[in-house]
Amino acid sequence: MLDVQLAERINRLWRRLARMPHLDLPLLLMLLLLAGTGLAVLYAAADGDLNLFLRQALRICVGFAVLLALARVPPTWLLRAAPWFYLVTLLLLASVLLLGEGRGAARWLSLGPLRFQPSELAKLAVPTMLAWYLYRERLPPGWIALVVAALLIGLPALMIVRQPDLGTAVMVGVSGLFVVFLAGMSWWRILGIGAALAASLPVAWQYLHEYQRNRIRMLLDPEADPLGHGWNIIQSKIAVGSGGMWGKGWQQGTQSRLEFLPEHTTDFIFAVFAEEFGLVGVALLLLLYALIIGRGMWLAMQASDTFGRLLGGAVCLAFFTYVAVNAGMISGLLPVVGVPMPLLSYGGTSAVSLLAGFGILMSVYGHRRQAMGLR
Amino acid sequence: MRRGSSEPIRDPRAALVLFHARALQALLLVLLVLLALAARFFWLQVVDHESYLTRSEDNRLRVQPIAPSRGLIYDREGRILADNVPAYRLELVPERVADLGATIAALREVLPIADDDVARFYELRSARRRFHSIPLKFRLSESEVAAFAVRRHLFPGVDVVPYLTRFYPRGPAFAHVVGYVGRVDARDRERIDLGRYAATSHIGKTGIERFYEDLLHGEAGYERVETNAEGRVLSVVERQAPRPGRHLYLSLDAELQEIAEEAFAGRNGAAVAIDPRNGEVLLLLSMPGFDTNAFVNGIGRSDYAALLASPHRPLFNRALQGGYEPGSTLKPFLGLAGLDLGVRGADDTVLSVGEYRLPGQQQGYRDWRRGGHGRVGLKESIAQSVNTYFYSLAADMGIDRMGEYMTRFGFGAPVGIDLLGESPGVLPSRQWKRAQLNQPWYPGETVIAGIGQGFWVTSPLQLATATAILAAGGERAPIHLLRATQDGFNAQRIELNYPREENVLQSQPAHWRLIHEGMVAVMHGPTGTARAVGADSPYRIAGKTGTAQRVRRGEGEYDEDAVPEHLRHQALFIAFAPAEAPRIAVVVVVEAGSSGARTAAPVARRIMDAWLVRQDQSLASGPSTGRGPDSEPR
Repeated sequence: MLDVQLAERINRLWRRLARMPHLDLPLLLMLLLLAGTGLAVLYAAADGDLNLFLRQALRICVGFAVLLALARVPPTWLLRAAPWFYLVTLLLLASVLLLGEGRGAARWLSLGPLRFQPSELAKLAVPTMLAWYLYRERLPPGWIALVVAALLIGLPALMIVRQPDLGTAVMVGVSGLFVVFLAGMSWWRILGIGAALAASLPVAWQYLHEYQRNRIRMLLDPEADPLGHGWNIIQSKIAVGSGGMWGKGWQQGTQSRLEFLPEHTTDFIFAVFAEEFGLVGVALLLLLYALIIGRGMWLAMQASDTFGRLLGGAVCLAFFTYVAVNAGMISGLLPVVGVPMPLLSYGGTSAVSLLAGFGILMSVYGHRRQAMGLR
Repeated sequence: MRRGSSEPIRDPRAALVLFHARALQALLLVLLVLLALAARFFWLQVVDHESYLTRSEDNRLRVQPIAPSRGLIYDREGRILADNVPAYRLELVPERVADLGATIAALREVLPIADDDVARFYELRSARRRFHSIPLKFRLSESEVAAFAVRRHLFPGVDVVPYLTRFYPRGPAFAHVVGYVGRVDARDRERIDLGRYAATSHIGKTGIERFYEDLLHGEAGYERVETNAEGRVLSVVERQAPRPGRHLYLSLDAELQEIAEEAFAGRNGAAVAIDPRNGEVLLLLSMPGFDTNAFVNGIGRSDYAALLASPHRPLFNRALQGGYEPGSTLKPFLGLAGLDLGVRGADDTVLSVGEYRLPGQQQGYRDWRRGGHGRVGLKESIAQSVNTYFYSLAADMGIDRMGEYMTRFGFGAPVGIDLLGESPGVLPSRQWKRAQLNQPWYPGETVIAGIGQGFWVTSPLQLATATAILAAGGERAPIHLLRATQDGFNAQRIELNYPREENVLQSQPAHWRLIHEGMVAVMHGPTGTARAVGADSPYRIAGKTGTAQRVRRGEGEYDEDAVPEHLRHQALFIAFAPAEAPRIAVVVVVEAGSSGARTAAPVARRIMDAWLVRQDQSLASGPSTGRGPDSEPR
C-alpha cells in the first residue's frame, strides 16, 4: 500500500522534472554523478580534512544553483549583456594586475568576504564575446573578422599571462578559439595560423618564466631532477601506474596519503583517482566525460541561432580541453600547467564557472523555441 | 549599442549545416584524444604497472636496520663500569635531501656542528646506502633539540632521533682496562660484518670494549616502516627486534681499582692484582688515566693533541705495554730456579763483601750495601736483597738455563689476558741478543741479568702473572678479566669456564716454601727491606722490593742527561698475601719513585688491605695502618 503510494509520488516528481522546460535531465544527472564522484575522491585525497571536503561540497551546491538559475535566463539576455560582461572582466583582470593577491602569482581578488579569480570569469566572458561578435559576421569568418577575434581573445589572455598564470591563459585562449573554429574558420587558415604559432615558439620561450620553462624541460626528462622539478611528474606517474587495473581501493592510495603526490587535492587529484580506482575507474570516468561532452554538443546543435550554438559548443569543447590537458599532465604527456580536472579538483571558482557554462548551454537548449519566436 | 536584429547569414540552414559539420569534426577529435588518453593510461596502469607498483612500494616502505643495544660492563660486584644512557642525535637521509651542502650549511645556522662531524658524515655517507639515515651530530643538548624541532619543517630528510649512548660513570682509573667506544671508522669497517653493523654508530676501540666487541654488540634487527615523502616514519609494518649485546661481568673490583688510584696520589705507574687461585684479574690500573667519555662522540682535535703531547702519556697503558726492568723483584724467581735446577742447595751460603767479580775479570758488580752483607743464605739474600748471591747464582746457572726456567713464569711472552696490545717484554737470551743486536752474549751480561737488570724488560702484568704463579706454588691459572656474561637483565649469569690451572714449575714444595719464607722476611723479618710496610699488618705478606731504571723502548737511545734525576728510579714491588694461603698477588710500579720499599710497597699494602679485609672481616680488627678501605666489606 505504502509502496504503491511512494512509487506514485516518485513517478509524479519524475514527470514534473521531465517537463521542466529549461533543463536537460540526462546532462544534469551526469553532471551530478560526476560531482558526486569528485567529492568522493576529494574526501579520500583530503585524508581526513573534513573542512576541505565540506567547503568543496558547498561550492558544488552553489555551482548547481548557478546552473539552474542560468538555465532559466533566456539567451537573448546573454546576447545583450555579452559586451558588458566582457568589459567588466577586462576591468577586473586589470585590477588583479594592480592589486591582486596570491602566492607567487597574483590571481585573486577580494570583494568583501568573497575571493575569486577574475581569470575564471574570462573563461566564460571570452567565448561569449566571441560568439556575440561572430554571430553578426558572415560565416565562415573572413580575415578582418579573424583579426578582431584574435584581438578579443589576445587581450585578456595576455593579461592573464602577466599574472602569471599560463595554464588559465591558454584555457581562455582555447575557449575563444573554439568559437572561431565552430564558426567555420577554414582548415587551411587553422593550419596556417598553427604553423605560424609553432614557428614563434622559440620567441615565446624567451617570455616564459623560469619555472614555466622548467616544467616543460621536466616533461622531456623528469628523471634529470627527481627531487626538484621532475618530482611532480614522476610521483604522478607512479601513482597512476601503481593503481593497475583495479586500483588500490578508495582511500588506499599511498602516493597521496603519504604526501608523495603534491597538490593531490587540486591539479593532481585525477592521479589519486587513477591510483585508487585503476584503469577501470579511469576508463569509466573518461567515458562519463565523453558522454557529458557528447550530450553537450548535441544540445548545442539543437540551438536555434548561431550565438547559442557557438557559445554552447565552445563551452563543451573548453570542458573537454580541461579533461584532456589535466589527464595528459598527470599521465606525463603534457607539462605541468595549472589546469584542474573538471568537477574533481578542489577549487571553487573553477567548479562554479564550469557549471555556469553548462547552465548557459541548457538555457540555449531550453529556449530554442522562444529564441526563434523572439526574433 | 548595436542590436543584433539581422542575421548576417542569409541562409540559416547553411549556417546550421556548417556548425553541424564542425561540431561533428570536434566530437571526432574529442573521441580520438580520449582514446589516446585511455591508451596512455592502459600503458601506465597495465603494461608498466609492475615497475610503478615497485616504485610506489619503494616510496612507501623502507627497511631500516635497528641497532642492538650494547651490553653493559659490570665489575665483579655488579657495579656498572660502562653504561648506556639516552641521548639525541641529528640524522640525515641523503636520498631525501636535494642539496646536502646547502642543508648542512643551513643546519649549522640552527645548531653548532663541528667540522669533524661534517667530515665523518661524508665519510659514512660513502659507506652506506642512499636511503639509510646517517648521523650528523651526536649528543644534542636540550636547547639544540628544541632549536631544531621548531625548524624541522624546513629540513625534509633531517630528523632528531633518540638513541643510547655509552657512558663511563667511574672515571679515569678505568680508562685503560674498560676502554671506550668510538664512532665506526674506515679501519673498523674493514674488520666487521657491515650487515651486522648497519645501524651501529659506535664500536669498541680499546680495552674490554674492544676485546669483547663481539659479545657486547649483539645482532642488528630491522623494521619495515612506512614513510611519507619527507622520509618521516609513519608506522612500522614489520619488525624483527635486534638481539641486544651481552652484559659482561669482570673479575675487576671497582673499589679496589679506585683505592689503588688514590694510593698512587697522582704519580705515574701501574698496578696489577691477580687472584693466584684462579687467574682472575682484580685490579688493572695504569696511571694516569683519562676521561674516556670524551672519546665516545669524537674527541676534539686539540684535546686529543693535548693528551698525545702530555709528558705523562695518559693514553699509554702501562700495565700491559709498559716496559720495566724487574730489578730485584726478579730475585725470588731466580732463587727458586737455583734450587729447582740444582745449582744451589737450600742451605748453601755466599759471602757478600760488597763487590762480586767473575773469575779473571776486572769488572766489579756491587752490592747495594757498602762492605757487603757478610755470609748469607737464600732466605737472607731475598730479605735483604743481596746482589752477590744472585750474581754468583746467575753465573753458575748460565743464561740458557735461566732463560728456559724464567719462561715458565711467563716472562718474554704475552700473558694472554683478554685485552689487546700486550707487550711481550724481553727475556734476555743469546738468541734474543743475536736477533736484536747481532752481537754475541757476554758472561758479564748473565751476572747483570741475575739481578733483573741489563736486557730484562717486563710489563707489570707479566710480573704480576709470575708473582701469582709463585704464590700458587707453580700453578699457572689463565689470566683473565671476564668472569661471566648475561643475556639480558633478567637472565641467569653464565659463568665462564676457564681451563684448570696447570703446574708449570714442577717444583718441590720445600723449594717454593723457602722462597716464600724469604719473601715474608722482606716484610716481617728484622732486616727485611720493606719491614716498615709489613710491620703492622694483620696478615702475613710475602713481598719483594725492586728499584730500577726504566727501559725506554722504541724511543731511540736512552739519553741520561735529558732525563731528570727523579725520573730515573723506578720503584717496583711484588707481593702476595696472606703468605700461608695467598688470595691476592700484587705488582706495583711507580715511575719516579725513590725506592720500591718506600714508594711502591705502601701502595701494594693498601691494595692488599682493601682486598683481604673485605674478604675476611676478622683481619680488620687487627693492627692496621688505618688506611684500609672505608667501605663495608661485601
